[in-house]
This record gives sequence, C-alpha cells and structure tokens, in this order.
Amino acid sequence: MTSYVNCRARSKQLLTVRNVTKSYGRFVALHKMKFDLQAGEVHVLFGENGAGKSTLIKIISGATCPDTGTIKVNGQAISFRSVNDARARGIATMFQEFSLAPNLTVEENIFLGAEPAVGIWLKCRERRRLARKVLASFEFDLDIKCEVISLTRAQAQMVEMIKALMASPRILILDEPTASLSQRETEVMFSLIKRLKADGIGIVYITHKMKDIAQIGDRVTVMKDGQYVDTVEVQQSDDQRLVKLMTGRTLDTLYPKIEHNPGPVSLEVCNLTTASGAVCRCSIKICKGEIVGVAGLVGCGKSRMARALFGLDSIAKGAIFVRGVQINNPTPRKMLDLGVTYVTSDRHKEGLMLNRPTKENLTLSSLSLQTLSFKGWLKLNNERWFAKTLGKRMSVTPLDLNQLVAFYSGGNQQKIMIGKSIARCSEILIFDEPTVGIDVGARIEVYKLLKELAKSGVAILIISSDTPEVLNMSHRLYVVRDGTVVDEMMKSEINQTRVLRGFFGSETTSSLNRRPEGASV
Amino acid sequence: MFKTLLRRYELHNIFRWIFIQLGILPFLLLGAILFFGLQEEHFLSSLNITNVLRHSTFLIIIAMGQMIVLLTAGLDLSVGAIVGFSGVITALILKSLVLNDPTSFAYAMPIALLCGIVAGMLIGAMNGVGVAILGVPPFMMTMGTMTSLVGVSLSFTSGLPVTSIPDRYMEILGYGRIYGIVPAIWITGFLFVLTWILLTRTTVGRYFYSVGSSIKASQLSGINTIRQLIFAYTFSGMMSGITGILFLARTGSGEALNGSSYTLQSVAACVIAGVSLFGGRGRVRDVLLGALFITILTNGMNLTRVESYMQQIVLGIVLVTALVVDRIRARMLE
Repeated sequence: MTSYVNCRARSKQLLTVRNVTKSYGRFVALHKMKFDLQAGEVHVLFGENGAGKSTLIKIISGATCPDTGTIKVNGQAISFRSVNDARARGIATMFQEFSLAPNLTVEENIFLGAEPAVGIWLKCRERRRLARKVLASFEFDLDIKCEVISLTRAQAQMVEMIKALMASPRILILDEPTASLSQRETEVMFSLIKRLKADGIGIVYITHKMKDIAQIGDRVTVMKDGQYVDTVEVQQSDDQRLVKLMTGRTLDTLYPKIEHNPGPVSLEVCNLTTASGAVCRCSIKICKGEIVGVAGLVGCGKSRMARALFGLDSIAKGAIFVRGVQINNPTPRKMLDLGVTYVTSDRHKEGLMLNRPTKENLTLSSLSLQTLSFKGWLKLNNERWFAKTLGKRMSVTPLDLNQLVAFYSGGNQQKIMIGKSIARCSEILIFDEPTVGIDVGARIEVYKLLKELAKSGVAILIISSDTPEVLNMSHRLYVVRDGTVVDEMMKSEINQTRVLRGFFGSETTSSLNRRPEGASV
Repeated sequence: MFKTLLRRYELHNIFRWIFIQLGILPFLLLGAILFFGLQEEHFLSSLNITNVLRHSTFLIIIAMGQMIVLLTAGLDLSVGAIVGFSGVITALILKSLVLNDPTSFAYAMPIALLCGIVAGMLIGAMNGVGVAILGVPPFMMTMGTMTSLVGVSLSFTSGLPVTSIPDRYMEILGYGRIYGIVPAIWITGFLFVLTWILLTRTTVGRYFYSVGSSIKASQLSGINTIRQLIFAYTFSGMMSGITGILFLARTGSGEALNGSSYTLQSVAACVIAGVSLFGGRGRVRDVLLGALFITILTNGMNLTRVESYMQQIVLGIVLVTALVVDRIRARMLE
C-alpha cells in the first residue's frame, strides 16, 4: 500500500503549527496547540464542537491572528494579515457556509475576485473557455451559465471547491465537506480529494463522520477543550479509539436502547400531496411513545412532507389526523396548539435568534404559557428560572443565560433549539435532522433526550439523512424515495441493505440532479 | 511619577469599561454639554435647558416609535408625514367644532385629540398591513405612505397652514405648566415608561425582538408575526400622531410638512443609540439619550450661531463617526 511514490510525497512538511494559543476575553479557545501537515496527505481534525477546531482553522486560513505561537509554511515562519494574504501563500479554505454569490452564474462565481480582464474590461470569452476547461478537468457536468441559487447543495459545494482550487493552493482546508451530501455525492467528493492528494496538495479535513475518516483520512489529530490530545495514523486506529480519545466515552453507548410500548395513534397522514409536487401520496402514522424514523436521500421529499403537515408548505391533497381529529389547512400556530412541534433542520435561519441572549431563545416558544406570562405580562423571575432549568436539562455547557446564541458552538446551539421546542411539552415532536453538524458528545445527549421523551409517552418522528442514526433509533422506519413512502419496516426487520434498496429503487437515478430541500443555498 | 502613571491607567480602564458597557453615547452627550457650556454661557441657563428639553420631546417620542419598527427589521419613513397629518386633522376638527358652538371646547378638545391620534394609528396600521400581509418592503411601503400622506394633508388644507387654533388648546398642551413642568415633558416621560414596560415586561414587546431577529424562527415558535408587524407600525403611527398634536399646540399652526425633518432624525437617533437596522437589537433608554443628543447638538449650534449648512455637515459627520466607533466597540466586546 505505502508505495515509494507515496512515501516521497508525504515526506515534505507543508505546514507546522506550534504552541499556538488564542483566547477571546477570558475564554481560552486554543491552548498550546500543535499540528502539522505534509504534502499529499489528508489530515483529519477531530473533536467535539467547541474543541477549538474552528479557531485553529481560522488561524491557519488567516481569518484571525493567534495570541502566541508560531506558524510555518514550507519551513518559513509567517503571520497572516488576512485571508487574502494566506491565499496568496497557497492556503485555500472551503467553509461550511458558502462564500458563493447566489445570483451570479457558476462561471462568474468561479472567477469572482480573479476575473480574466484587461484593465476594467472583462474577457468574457476567455473566462467561459477557462471555466469549461476547469469543469471538464474535474469531470463535472454542470451548466456554467446556471445561477448558483438554482443548484443543489452538493453542486454548490463542488463550485465552492473549484473556486478554492482556482488559486492552485498547496494547502486546502475543508470544513465538513460532506455534511450535507448524499452517499453518491460524497463519493464524487472523495474521488476529487484523492486526485488532489496525488497532486501533492496537503488537505486539512474537518468532519464528525467516522466513515469519512476511515475512507479518506491518512492521519487524525484529536482535539479536546482547545488542546491537542493525540495524532494517530488512520490505519492503526479504529472508531472506538478515536471516540474514546475525544470524549472519554466508548462508542457502544452512542445509540441507547429504547423500549417500544406504542399507545394509540397520535398522528396520521393519509395520501399527502403537496402543491409543489415534491411530496406525492405520502402516508405515515406515529403512535404515542413510539420513535418513527424516516430515511431517504437528501432531497427525496422527506423533509418537505414534515413541513407540509406543519403548515409550512401548501398542501394539494390528503388528510392529516391528530389523535383521530382531522386538521384542515394546518398552520404552525394551529399545530403547536394541538401539541405538534416541528424542530427545523436549519437552526441558523429558522431555529434560533442568533443575536439575542440564550435565555430569550430558550423561552421563546413557551412565553404564552401560564408559568411565564399572565395576560401578556412577562413573569421575569419565572422566566430566568425556567431558562436555567431547561438549559441544565439540555446540558448546554457552559450555561450563560445572557450570552448571545451566536457565540455558542453548533452542538450547544442545537441543544438550545431543541430545548426551546420541547419546552412546550408537546405530545408529538417532529425532528428534521436532529443531529446535523453536531459532535458525538452532543449527539449522545440528544439521543438520551429522545429516549426520555419517548418513555414519557411523546410520539417522535425523526427525519434524517444520517442513515445509521435512523436505523438505530427507530422503532419503526419508513423509507422515502421521490416524495413517497416506498417501504416500511419494524425494528426487527430493519437492515441496511433493505434500506439502501429503498433509497435507490430499481432504476439508478443520479441524486446530483435532484432539487434541494426548502430554499436552496 | 510611577503613581500618576498607575492612576492614569486605572482611569483609562474605567473609561474603557464605561465605553464597552454603555457605548459612545454618554461620552457624546457629556462632550456636547461641556463644549457648548464653555462656548456659550446661555447654554446652561435654566431657560435654555427647559427649552432644549421641551424641544427634544418631539424627537424622543417619534424615535421611540421608530425604534419599535426598527426592532422588527423594518423602517418607518412616514413618521414625519404622520406628524403633519395628525396636526392638520386635529386642527381642522377642533376649529370646526368650536366654530359651530363656541362653548363646546370642553368636549371638542378631547375629540380632536383622539381623532389626531387615531388618524396616526390608522396610517400606521395601513403600513403594517402592507408590510406584513402584502409583503411590500418596509422602505417602499412607508415611502409611498409618506408621499401620498403629504398630498392628502395639503389637499385638506388647500396648501395653507391651519392657523387661529383656540388659545385654550395651546395653553393646556403647549404653554401650561403642571407642577412647574410643561405637559409635553410629562407626556414624554409617560410614553417612555410605557414603551420601556412594553419592551421589557410584556410578551408583545419580547416578540418585537424575536420577529426582528428571525421571522422564520418566530413563526415556527407559534408567534403571530403578522400581528406583531402590524402592531409595530401602528405603535409608530400612534407616537407620530401624539407628536403631531403636541407640535400643533406648540406652534399653533397645522401644516402638512410640520414634521418632515423628524423622519431621518428619528432613524439617526435610533442608530446612534445602537439600535440595529437589521432588527432585534436596541434599548429604549439609549434611544431617549440618542434623541436628546441630537437635539442638544442642534440647539448648541444654534446658540453658537453656526450656519445652518454647517449644522447639517456636522450632524452628518457626528452620526457616521458614532457608528464607526460603535463598530469598534462591538469588536472589543467579542
């Protein structure tokens, strides 16, 4: 496996980080961190949210300066003044939040800021030719005149990556590149990464997915609480060891055992068809105290179905029953009053008020309850107590009720959002991607919470593109393809092959060509 | 030597702490008062202080309404036009009632006042409906309202100011004193407390912030966002309406363009006070200080005989500088 060429390619040290410390006020984000990257390797950064990965990335990419410590690129000590400065030295970053202009075309985006031009005049033909060449060299089949807003998330991610590669960097930083990709798209991404590796580019790769590490990683550096823990070769380690290094816990405890005691049917959806056509004749039902999973590829309509029944997408046909009573024209308010809560997959846009304090976020849904207000008058003492109890229950750490939610890590934000939603004591909870972009530690806590909720008689629907999650958590599992339910299995019948067969059906349609869920990019 | 250095360092730290906690506004206010106080002895005379306070009431009331709209990530450009409109309505109704029956002033005045305020609220509600239900961008909606409303006021008055308002009206709301203080200041104080309670102690107030922070998250949390938006614009309309009747009592003439200078000044007062134009952030206490600062600056420049063109230049520069400094503060907070 380790051929001569591979050895030689990896011998060159591209990046050395030593003793780097960074603090924000009293909070120490990074403490004496060390890290190095060699040419032609994929070096995975692994750690819980808030472990300091993002801070390290920001320092390497020039977005922020370290307080102390040295950074060497090609053996030369440097300090970056800005992201552009770092880019000029061959460090390119692909952030999770896209830096694409949604209303410009693919071609315009790829060359944004580095347009081929004479003076102020654009060389449009030249640009088009170059763009075609680049796309062809990466074997992407994309219309370069297409606006980015109309692309799927996966396609947009590819464009983002090509844009980063246009500067022909020596070091490429990828921040969770597969977070929102389906299996196939992930494979396309991986083959691209392998080509870059072969070209001698060093890649810093951040992910929470164990599978990615095994498939694409060469070395893993584990971080915890802003500190360096260990660097291990991927081939000489396994998931168990990594999780233990990161959290001090073992993997067996990731998915809890949840007893199945279904009560009467809480929610039933019959032949639901949305006006947009993304969901077609979809039927599901959930019982009290049961966890029902909905599996499917990204963009298969599973999320649209939940949004429609919560009144966020318009319904063309079909019926919804809550505890046997038919609901016509659902709206979020009506559904909330009936005890149905939808927890969105997009915590930044739809879940949280990022520029408001944690306390207000936690209590937002429950303000109209009697414990928190009386005829429109807030009970401020009760609110503080309520938020504190809820924050503790959701194990938001460190819990600071006055801190703006924007300053919390992704895992904590997710916990705050879920906390807000369950505070109303709903009887039916719909989770859309309950653990998207959060680390193993926070995941375990979310799963534990789901177990508690199910035990107390709440009906839970989990919609997830994270297949192992729905396979392991569900009492009953629906598989959705092209907006309709194609399979249903009980806990004992659930197995991966059957689920995958459901995903792809008999015909092989490319998931890259599907439209994104909800509003795109 | 060493001791003085240490003391200076401590003082520097205290300033820094105040700056980070309260922002630039207290410094600006203090600076303006000191500067004008030293330049012009009349500036700190009790007569001038009363004059500044009385004059600032208009801007403070409007700015508090504007603030609530800004909190919801909106903008109300019609406040100035509403001030003129409600003044005209009040003046016309009062005059026609008193003209019919000179003894009827006791009930004519409350009716006219109510009509003035309700007119403001209706216009505000119309803005709210346009923004919340029809989905017109706040800038365009309120600009449209502003333009047409000035036209409506002008056509009601045939383009002439409505004058010869009954003296009693001007005496009660304009010149009179209650415990030695002019009624406008009492009313402003009352409205300030009202707004403060609304924003900090009620669910409706909290929802203004939530709608401005994230309208989607608010919808998903079961908040009636349409109602909140309509409330916000109605509240702003009400505040402008109240200013309209006070302005009428002060000047004795109802004119369509009476409040036009307040539109942008009210936005400036809010922004200088740290209210975010993107919604969700801002405190009413700071808005009060912001409006007061702008009035003091104008009054001080008038007293020191700064030309009116020069005044505009200074106002613009101060506003932008304050915003730049506020950005620096935000960075220090991080």
